[in-house]
Amino acid sequence: MIAELGHFALVMALGLAIAQGSLPFLGAARHDLALMRLGSTAAVGQLACVTLALAALTNAYVTSDFSLLNVYENSHSAKPLLYKISGVWGNHEGSLVLWVWILALFGAAVALFGRNLPLPFKARTLAVQGLIGTGFLLFMLFTSNPFERLVPAPLDGTGLNPILQDPGLAFHPPMLYLGYVGLSVTFSFAMAALIEGRVDASWARWVRPWTLVAWVALTLGIALGSWWAYYELGWGGWWFWDPVENASFMPWLAATALLHSAIVVEKRDTLKSWTILLAILAFSLSLLGTFLVRSGVLTSVHAFAVDPSRGVFILALLVIAIGGSLAMFALRAPAMQPGGHFAPVSREGGLLLNNLLLATATATVLLGTLYPLALEVVGGAKISVGPPFFNATFVPLMLPLLLAVPIGATLAWKRGNLMGAFRRLRLAVAAALATMALYLVLVSPQSLGAALGFGLAVWLIGGSVTDLAARVGLLELAPGRTWQRLKGLPASAFAVTIAHAGLGVLIVGITASSTLQEERLLAMRPGETTTIGRYEVRFAGVDERQGPNYSALRATFETTSGGLPVATLHSEKRFFPVEGQPTTEAGIHTNLWRDLYFVLGDRTPDGAWAVRLYINPFVIWIWGGVGIMALGGLVSLLDRRLRVGAPTTAAARRGGRPDLPDPVGA
Amino acid sequence: MRRLLFVVPALVFVAIAGFLAIGLTRDPSTLPSALLDRPAPDFALPPLPGRDDAGFARADLGGGPMLVNFFASWCVPCRIEHPIIDRLAEAGVTVHGINYKDKPEDALAWLAELGDPFARVGRDQDGRVGIDWGVYGVPETYVIDADGTIVHKHVGPLQPRDLERTILPLLESLKR
Repeated sequence: MIAELGHFALVMALGLAIAQGSLPFLGAARHDLALMRLGSTAAVGQLACVTLALAALTNAYVTSDFSLLNVYENSHSAKPLLYKISGVWGNHEGSLVLWVWILALFGAAVALFGRNLPLPFKARTLAVQGLIGTGFLLFMLFTSNPFERLVPAPLDGTGLNPILQDPGLAFHPPMLYLGYVGLSVTFSFAMAALIEGRVDASWARWVRPWTLVAWVALTLGIALGSWWAYYELGWGGWWFWDPVENASFMPWLAATALLHSAIVVEKRDTLKSWTILLAILAFSLSLLGTFLVRSGVLTSVHAFAVDPSRGVFILALLVIAIGGSLAMFALRAPAMQPGGHFAPVSREGGLLLNNLLLATATATVLLGTLYPLALEVVGGAKISVGPPFFNATFVPLMLPLLLAVPIGATLAWKRGNLMGAFRRLRLAVAAALATMALYLVLVSPQSLGAALGFGLAVWLIGGSVTDLAARVGLLELAPGRTWQRLKGLPASAFAVTIAHAGLGVLIVGITASSTLQEERLLAMRPGETTTIGRYEVRFAGVDERQGPNYSALRATFETTSGGLPVATLHSEKRFFPVEGQPTTEAGIHTNLWRDLYFVLGDRTPDGAWAVRLYINPFVIWIWGGVGIMALGGLVSLLDRRLRVGAPTTAAARRGGRPDLPDPVGA
Repeated sequence: MRRLLFVVPALVFVAIAGFLAIGLTRDPSTLPSALLDRPAPDFALPPLPGRDDAGFARADLGGGPMLVNFFASWCVPCRIEHPIIDRLAEAGVTVHGINYKDKPEDALAWLAELGDPFARVGRDQDGRVGIDWGVYGVPETYVIDADGTIVHKHVGPLQPRDLERTILPLLESLKR
């Protein structure tokens, strides 16, 4: 009964989405206030309906109602509660419910928090949002109904893929979807702006917080996924350039470019059509990711089950949404007036360079992801494009970008002074060069790549900090004056420093873990001792252990350094009888400088065990750095200017528009 | 001219959508397996000492549908799969075993402990025959038809649902 209620709620949501996707357009064209306001009501109603559906499905999972096909195929009564809940989105149908729920959440958020938006613009934005919802609800109801019944109901389910039964992966999809779907809001804003033919500073200011929310969520979502891959897949790597990873990385690159170009629109009223295009592309790449994961055109560890009818449906959605918006862009964008001019060396110039490099990087990743497919289509062989391609193309694009980050952030608007920027950053330049020199002389004269990486990282961290220090006049002015300047700085200034420094921390992690990793592959008998790096590792043996829904072989490694105990690590091979699949759990000991990462392999016929031992230096800095970047995004959200009404809103209010209440915080 | 520039993104997308549409018509999950629907490779394996058969060779294949199961005593999933093989044998299905990279005494002890469902068992101590069959790891199970052709390959432990969904229907259709 509850399941039927959920199904009915989805049908209701579809009805509301259709209303939301059509009537406000009409209202905005006819200046009909009631029709325009209907968009907000429908958006909130849609959220209520989809929430009901999500709750009904979750209830079926928690109570192990195997009369639902979806629950039978993806759950099992013996599964821990956390994975019963995360099982809701561990499959195609359920994750689609989550997707649509987050879409409805953003729609309702625009309806409730977008009070400072002019009503026609808000109505059009919500209408575009309603159209997206319509597409996905149709897709769900026609090809992927999560509430399909199974008669007779089986006694127990077939379980969830064991590698997905993990806390990291329980939270990875919701976070990632928050990012993917959050970009739908910027997309809707861009479409509404194209319809009205107007993009200005206030538009950029409205879009910014939504882009930031989506960007922060996407950043954290990707980091969670990479962290999971690191400790769960047992290869000691943290990024595999897998098609599905790329599918989440491309929207991130586009959203990062969008964040930066929107600043130019806001401050200087230029780069407008480019920014609109980025907003369209960021969400289009999210949709493309959805297609790649669910249509079955590519194989990947993350991909959902293959179903051609679904593929055709999503492709149709893709063509309408992306094709339609790009056609609209081709028609309406040329009419937009280009704004103020600027010299190549200026803040705008720096942000443009950032955008060009990020866009090229996105195109590179797109090419690498789709190339195997394209080759197969034209009759070539089945190939996969691996890390070598991306290392050869993506990394060279990132080097100039990273070099330019601190300089661009220091330059003045309109016309900057390169020499002035370097003077301001002289300490950071010196620190970066010293790092490289010291590394080459003291550590390893051959590894130029590692030296370059560490130098860049110091340049990024040092550059961010010295720029902030120069702004507040640290060591140049009296401490009291410095403090006053510091208090006067907007939150966004701190956000820039934090995010760019986080990027530096990330680069430390990437450089160290990819150039200084130590690896040993050997067969060990219980009681034997080996060494890796400055550690002695004693293989104490293997015992059997029973988990809640798996049985495991657990190896114990006692690690010492110079005779002093460091850590005892447990590496497991788990077998899940319900799902009939094994997983590997690496034994990991983390500190700030390195991870010990031990993996248990197969038993050899003569009683020894294959083991893989890794030392991954600075690897925690990767996720730490990404976390700091996301923190920068959150700090930027606190910026008061985002919450204050934009100038045009104030003007409109003076005009006595009754539909515009006081903007929050003004 | 400037206007044309704005059409470029749409054109690029049309090209991508075209590729995706054609890509949809292909199934990426089928790994090209050179051996499927081909006669099983030639081999002749010695017996496990003490087991009352003369080993297992290519000549023993054919004459009716049968299974060939690669197993080893050191392999945990094989232990989990074993009751299912027993069940198949009890139901009258011919199952031959290839003992893969194992010590004969370990394999015999293992079969003594868990039951011996196999019609014939060959000893592939160096894994050479496994290479010819394209074995990724143990356990693996191959379905052979009456002509000695490999018609299906199952990687990993057999589960009850594999029997119900794939193996048993396939054997049934091969009998006809």
